[in-house]
Amino acid sequence: MTPPPFQWFLDQHRDDVYRFLVAAVGTQEADDCFQETFLSAMRAYPRLRANSSTRAWVLTIAHRKALDSHRARRRRPLPVAEPPEPRPSGPLLSNGDPEPDAELWSEVRRLPGKQRAAVALRYAGDLSHDEIGRVLGCSEEAARRNLHEGLKKLRSTWET
Amino acid sequence: MGNMRDMEKLLGRAARADVSEAAARATGALAERAAHEHLLDVAYTTLDSPVGPVLVAATRRGLVRISFGALYDEESVLADLCARVSPRVVEVPSYFDAVRNELEEYFHGRRTRFDLPLDWTLTGGFGRRVLERTARIPYGEVSTYKEVAAAAGSPRGARAAGNALGANPIPIVVPCHRVLHSGGGLGGYGGGLDRKEFLLKLEGAI
Repeated sequence: MTPPPFQWFLDQHRDDVYRFLVAAVGTQEADDCFQETFLSAMRAYPRLRANSSTRAWVLTIAHRKALDSHRARRRRPLPVAEPPEPRPSGPLLSNGDPEPDAELWSEVRRLPGKQRAAVALRYAGDLSHDEIGRVLGCSEEAARRNLHEGLKKLRSTWET
Repeated sequence: MGNMRDMEKLLGRAARADVSEAAARATGALAERAAHEHLLDVAYTTLDSPVGPVLVAATRRGLVRISFGALYDEESVLADLCARVSPRVVEVPSYFDAVRNELEEYFHGRRTRFDLPLDWTLTGGFGRRVLERTARIPYGEVSTYKEVAAAAGSPRGARAAGNALGANPIPIVVPCHRVLHSGGGLGGYGGGLDRKEFLLKLEGAI
């Protein structure tokens, strides 16, 4: 059983994947991660089983590309001692007034990998704990814990 | 700065953010990279024409499918390409500049033959021979089902030739509209007889 035309798959998940990536890596890296994600998806696509959850599948790929991007960024030599967090170029994750959300999301991007992904998947992706577990390759319980830990850390910076 | 509930509310706004414009832009560059990595198996787009919307699809080898008129149905054409060629079917309007130009010239009466590479994947056997023969009928001229059947190696295969022409995956460019009944009637046309008549008149054949 072949999957449906790739274009339909792309139409269906395009915005979800982009939204998750802006949340997880920021606007500057989102485009590249987005293309990497769908190129990988395209490579594996003919072997995809028609009945599997394509949303969890493509977000799993996006999550891995986001991790790659964070790793690459850490390896990159820093031009100045205190590199400023790149400002979002437009109101992407907030509708209208980008300020508080942009700051909050740059805090999210400073969280450890799994916590960052859990927060992005929960709030930008609107995924359930069970789905987050599937994307992160862990149990629902572990997904819940990662999300909880992430939120706790965010709160400590947010509330000061 | 705020409490927990405010923070979660702010985070939750991300799920409703409209990213479609930025995502569309990022998708535009995707096709280029997919082609570069040999992942783009079937590209397609829809063009405007005097005979209505024309869906054109191409593989790396060339034009593989054209659909218009009465048979125009994007969903079923894409599903068919997916099943018979590859599921890697992607909309890439920028890939069809040459096709767009040649069709435009043709519909303006400024082009009498197409210089587009063709992919015959969706044809086979006798049907393919009939279509290859049909592709050689010159602009402004017509042939008959009987003649193309005979040229394809089956003098009594007029009906089978008719079926093959009806299943022509690349109409207009493979000019099945130039094949008529021996008795002088127009015969049939998958895209609708009015379109067949339009094309023949355009070419000055009738």
